[in-house]
Amino acid sequence: MGELCGVVGIGQTKYASKRGDLSIAGLVREAGIRALEDADLDWKDIDAVVIGKAPDMFEGVMMPELYLADALGASGKPMLRVHTAGSVGGSTSIVAASLVQAGIHDRVLTVAFEKQSESNAMWALSSKQPFSPHINAGAGGYFAPHIRTYMRRSQAPDHIGMLVALKDRLNALKNPYAHLQMEDISLQKIEASPMLWAPIRYLETCPSSDGACAMVLAREALAKDAPRPPAWLVGTAMRTEPTMFPGREEVNPQAGKDCAADVYAQAGITDPRKDIDVAEVYVPFSWFEPMWMENLGFAEEGTGWQMTDEGATALDGDMPINASGGVLSSNPIGASGMIRFAEAALQVRGMAGDHQIDGARTALGHAYGGGSQYFCMWIVRSERP
Amino acid sequence: MENPVEEIQTPIRLDYQYTAGEATARFLRGLKQGRILGQRCPSCRNVIVPARGACARCGVATKEEVELPDVGTVTTFCVVHIPVPGSAVKPPFVCATIKLDGADIGLFHLVGGIPPDQVRAGMRVKAQWKPREEWDYTLENILYFTPMDEPDVELDDPRSSAHA
Amino acid sequence: MRDVAVVSFAQAPNVRNAGAMNEVEILMPVVAQALEKSTLTLQEIGFTCSGSSDYLAGAPFSFVMAIDAIGAWPPISESHVEMDGAWALYEAWVKIQHGAADSALVYSFGKSSPGQIRDVLALQLDPYYMAPLWPDSVSLAALQARALLESSAYGEKDLAEVAARSRRNAQSNPKAQLAGDFDLAALLAEPYLVSPLRKHDCPPITDGASAVVLAAGDLARRICERPAWIRGIDHRIEPHALGVRDLTRSPSTELAGEKAGAAQGPLDLAELHAPFTHQELILRDALGLKEGVEINPSGGALAANPVMAAGLARIGEAASRILSGSANRALAHATSGPCLQQNLVCVLEGE
Repeated sequence: MGELCGVVGIGQTKYASKRGDLSIAGLVREAGIRALEDADLDWKDIDAVVIGKAPDMFEGVMMPELYLADALGASGKPMLRVHTAGSVGGSTSIVAASLVQAGIHDRVLTVAFEKQSESNAMWALSSKQPFSPHINAGAGGYFAPHIRTYMRRSQAPDHIGMLVALKDRLNALKNPYAHLQMEDISLQKIEASPMLWAPIRYLETCPSSDGACAMVLAREALAKDAPRPPAWLVGTAMRTEPTMFPGREEVNPQAGKDCAADVYAQAGITDPRKDIDVAEVYVPFSWFEPMWMENLGFAEEGTGWQMTDEGATALDGDMPINASGGVLSSNPIGASGMIRFAEAALQVRGMAGDHQIDGARTALGHAYGGGSQYFCMWIVRSERP
Repeated sequence: MENPVEEIQTPIRLDYQYTAGEATARFLRGLKQGRILGQRCPSCRNVIVPARGACARCGVATKEEVELPDVGTVTTFCVVHIPVPGSAVKPPFVCATIKLDGADIGLFHLVGGIPPDQVRAGMRVKAQWKPREEWDYTLENILYFTPMDEPDVELDDPRSSAHA
Repeated sequence: MRDVAVVSFAQAPNVRNAGAMNEVEILMPVVAQALEKSTLTLQEIGFTCSGSSDYLAGAPFSFVMAIDAIGAWPPISESHVEMDGAWALYEAWVKIQHGAADSALVYSFGKSSPGQIRDVLALQLDPYYMAPLWPDSVSLAALQARALLESSAYGEKDLAEVAARSRRNAQSNPKAQLAGDFDLAALLAEPYLVSPLRKHDCPPITDGASAVVLAAGDLARRICERPAWIRGIDHRIEPHALGVRDLTRSPSTELAGEKAGAAQGPLDLAELHAPFTHQELILRDALGLKEGVEINPSGGALAANPVMAAGLARIGEAASRILSGSANRALAHATSGPCLQQNLVCVLEGE
């Protein structure tokens, strides 16, 4: 179906709580330039730009792609702006890929960013509306009850979330772009960190980061001759379901299962845990790792936590999850999904540096957003299909 | 450069007049009278509260009004230990999903009148209303839900508890 | 390229203030109507894409409200652009070209009444240099109008003629907000709002919503008597800073029109998304529209301007004239950003 598409360039900024050295334009440009350098290309080689970010209110700029057109060399080109809540980095990548797969463009630059330090994100997300739920306890207050349901149903022991938090922060030490670099992280430190939204502890949550990620996607003939090995797209999928309705399963949402089934079918994957070598999965709160292991079909329902407990999701496990440190270590919200997709691509390109999983040939990038209702996934391979 | 400018403050103020929508307005008018109004979906027959004017699952408009009791069951919850900006509620407090008797979807609210570490999923609770003279067009007319003297109930999987 | 067509279009009545109805309540019947006309159900649709703006609604994640109303269950393949719905249609068209879907639902909603739209749009500007000055959208358009009047043969009478024709045309559009017969001299006697623009040179403030169903090849032929085939669609953006652009021209429209093949055949009509009268003149020139091409038979954005939905409505309006058989080749245009910064051109044809 469609043209073959490869990731030929990847650029990331250093993620930090505040990038005071760069404007918003400077931030996206830093990622864009690095992606172009990786692909050995110049701005003029790009046919179109697809940009994504989470709500405009995070920076206080309405439809910022208009202002960013110059910085991203988009003048005279098509430019699209995607917004699908927290999954936006993933959906932005998929929209960019479809422009190549549909045969419309040869090379597309895709960028996702968030510069949360430029505005008051708490304000942006909790602008008081008279009739919305009056208890606004933030994203943690929304997801913590789902986690509690998961713990109750699966009978998972309390320490699982802490294991995930520890593993991802240790992985982050091998990723120079990662925001959190916690040399002294330990289970004891995590356990001693304050409860924010019980059962979620402070060190089991993601940070708030400034950052941008960019990728250059190219059609087969160009990707084949790229200076560095491309990551070939063998499946892309998006699924959405409503936020709330009677009988909705919030812990193991159908949209996620359907999205995984779709992307696996495209990639010819029948046993995901065996067929996929490494996965970058959107885990903003530690307990979402075991939850998504089940949703993605890596484990039977109720047993995802055992993968974490047995070390299967660690760098040296059989199913390494978030070798980059994941969302728990860097979270420029609008970019977080694209970082998952890009890190999956880096793994199969063999370019993940110190957090490279040896021999990674097939990788999954995963993003979700809203009330666990927007899902985006892609599967990339080192070998051209 | 000496004294480089790294930051400027550009305050943004915009005023909006939000529209609740017809269904939500009816729900809020009900609360003003101390009533909790849901709607029944004509297609799947589930009762949705707060009334939203549409069934998200079936994509059809919902019109049939169903008045619900102010008692229900905690299906899940979390204990919030950090203050919420602009909120008078002091941490730690319990945010819970409460399935009112006769409703097929949970209502998000507070649980109080019990130490947070004693709240359980499956616990039966009843609304603690503010004094009648303080009622307004808001769910805040209910201060929180408080435990009832009833045994906990076994929780179903949400997928099986709603009408298919 | 696959053959892809608009097979149905629906829109809400365009009104100054939809009153007690919220965005979703405006949108729901429109989506239902577009689907009904297409004979497809949401579950039969291959891809859904919407366009809307959080700043217009004044709330983050405002597009999620729509997902909670259209019946996205079982889960659907879906995406959203923080842009006018015309670009959502473009994304859906790409998806069908890719072969990932054979049909698509595209919708957008815009309720401009909750906020002060002139100020809200100021937040589209460069946040460091421009936005802090709060130049409102009408003033920026007036700068552009002044530049055009000073550098061309166009005069204020030409602007008034655009206004009068738009409202005259709108009389046959039951969904239009502003319609009527207006005397040119009387219009020109009105005071300036922001010189050289008078009130009638500016768009009304509108609440509205639009929905379009796209279908490919045989499916389109099966479900639609006379599909409006998309023969070309392209969009381009220009630099942001007004100072580096020639505001009297629209090179992005020129380029998009060329890529969409606008000049490859005679056009019966053009639906131009020109919120201000002078912008229609700029767009007509950019697209090289000849005498005889009917401009904005619907009344255009000067008769109804539901922000975020007005561009999609242009495609819908142009397509509906092909669907009904009253036109054979039509051009639709959408714009975004201050002073026509970003433009999309879509060329539609009957069989």
